[in-house]
Amino acid sequence: MSGFLQEARLKRQVWLDMLFRGMTRASAFGVLVLLAAIIGSLVIGSMPAIQAFGFNFLINDSWNPVTENFGALVPIVGTLVTSGIALLIAIPVSFGIAIFLTELSPQALRRPLGIAIELLAGIPSIIYGMWGLFVFAPLFAEHIEPWINDHLGTIPMIGAFFSGPPMGISILTAGIILAIMVIPFIASVMRDVFEVVPAMLKESAYGVGATTWEVVTKVVLPYTRIGVVGGIMLGLGRALGETMAVTFVIGNAHKLSMSLLEPGNSIASALANEFTEADGELYTASLIELGLILFFITFVVLSIARYMLYQLSKQEGKAS
Amino acid sequence: MHLLNGTFGSFGIAKLQHIQLNGDRMNIKLKQIVVGIAAASAMAFTAASHATDITGAGATFPYPVYAKWAEAYKAQTGVGMNYQSIGSGGGIKQIKAKTVDFGATDAPLNANELGMAGLTQFPTVVGGVVPVLNLEGVAAGQLKLTSETLADIFLGKITQWNDPKIAADNKGVNLPNQTITVVHRADGSGTTHIFTTYLAEVSTEWRRNVGANKAVQWPVGTGGKGNEGVAANVKNMKGAIGYVEYAYALQNKMSYAQLKNRDGNFTSPSDISFKAAAASAKWKAEEGFAEVLVNQPGKDSWPIVGATFILVYKTQDKAESGKEVLKFFDWAYANGDKMASDLDYVPLPENVTAMIRKSWKDQVKDSKGHALWK
Repeated sequence: MSGFLQEARLKRQVWLDMLFRGMTRASAFGVLVLLAAIIGSLVIGSMPAIQAFGFNFLINDSWNPVTENFGALVPIVGTLVTSGIALLIAIPVSFGIAIFLTELSPQALRRPLGIAIELLAGIPSIIYGMWGLFVFAPLFAEHIEPWINDHLGTIPMIGAFFSGPPMGISILTAGIILAIMVIPFIASVMRDVFEVVPAMLKESAYGVGATTWEVVTKVVLPYTRIGVVGGIMLGLGRALGETMAVTFVIGNAHKLSMSLLEPGNSIASALANEFTEADGELYTASLIELGLILFFITFVVLSIARYMLYQLSKQEGKAS
Repeated sequence: MHLLNGTFGSFGIAKLQHIQLNGDRMNIKLKQIVVGIAAASAMAFTAASHATDITGAGATFPYPVYAKWAEAYKAQTGVGMNYQSIGSGGGIKQIKAKTVDFGATDAPLNANELGMAGLTQFPTVVGGVVPVLNLEGVAAGQLKLTSETLADIFLGKITQWNDPKIAADNKGVNLPNQTITVVHRADGSGTTHIFTTYLAEVSTEWRRNVGANKAVQWPVGTGGKGNEGVAANVKNMKGAIGYVEYAYALQNKMSYAQLKNRDGNFTSPSDISFKAAAASAKWKAEEGFAEVLVNQPGKDSWPIVGATFILVYKTQDKAESGKEVLKFFDWAYANGDKMASDLDYVPLPENVTAMIRKSWKDQVKDSKGHALWK
């Protein structure tokens, strides 16, 4: 009797187990299906533009709704350059924040500072955009851009990047606003991963006479490498796709120029600006193709990050 | 996502503990929210199922006056009008997909496009577009621009405020030696359509190199999103010039320029000069009243004026709601003039609204071919 009951229970549990396994598998494959569906609909939607412009779409710097001659070069460059500027500023600052919070800060300051960073991460991007347009851009135009023009603009070679009209609305402004937006993300991830470094490792390093700098570069960073790169990628992902804040301060001009002080355009802000009023098949298709390109850029960036980590882990254990 | 395994794990645990600590309070809150949502959706459902309510979507420019009309109309007749200001392009897409009873657009469709889609078109109100500027030492309305100087500024051919071409019309105005920064709309917009139509009308070079559309390839300048984006950029940048809808310039007390009209007079933007421009328009019902009122004759006419339009199907599958749409706009033409003027739009002259009512009678039919409007 009891054997029968046990068997029934066992059967039920096997069945539940299978159900559970099936559900998890369905969820996981659901992601793949969703991804394929998104790529598929982007490709189908952009087909008219792909057929009309072909590869030329990527290197054409014209964006003319009147003659329906579209090219993605300006938004692609704008997206990459603004995100690049953002990371250039955000990585060292976030690193500093995370090191201070985990290694150097007095205990009493840690919680308030940590909470402040998380609060910053929660601010909606439109707030950053409006602050950028109404507060930061005028200040930048009034005080910082003239200085950049006079000092950096006169340097041979790189001067061309830094000379332009002091309007406050530019690629550089967009990059700085993006940096402010991604710092909380990168910093909080870095802090979290730095915190999981076993105290024993650090104490031992300090014990043999290592300085704080040595402990950070030789113990903490190697131990948390994956998390740090992950945090940076999270920030980069946000910077690449950020829409509202960039739209406010980038200038939205479909024009290619050397100077970072000139207005430009990014993929996400071009989409946000123009999608509602885009009529005509080719116009809409070109915008969808921009979306496809953004998707592709994000994919490539993530792949490069993965490859870098793979290379690093291969070298692990070799003489350092 | 493997990259982030460690981090997300620790985030997740922290959040879980937080929720457990506040478990009881959370439950009560959740219940409140759920009940609230249920009540709200029930209300929304009853409202939506009201048989005679009409729906429309499209242009953002006339949204304030449509909303005002809808409110007053509902109070008088009990029939609601639900208008979504999603942009002209969206409005055209929605009416073509038949998800709304009427579409609204700032840039009129031409007779050919109307014929292909089986739509008819009529205007509702008229508005003006105004060049706004940020020029120290120059008072509002003090600067005078001709059509040539305005076009040359937006073409990037005039780059300094003290250019002799501008100075020629502005004797006695202290024009600074300052770079002109052009500000235009970054998003596609009916305002841009009216403004570029004007520039194409008055400048051959503009017509040939740039053209007129809701978005164009601007030769110079930076883009702002929406009227508010253009206004903010103009206010921020010294020496900037942009263009916004008149109502927007007025409400934000922006400095504007006078323009030389077709008759050679300098005029200021006002409802009087807009009306003067609308008066001389030759509205043609058979072409869907498709007329952009730029560069109209008349000694008081403001040169950059345009109407905003409504699109409905010529053959109405749902005669009942089609009729309600026409009734609504009939009521608005009869009773809505004051509301429109209060919001700085220019109502249509009576002879035009009479022509519109006649066009309804001629063109809008139910599925059996009977005229919907009598």
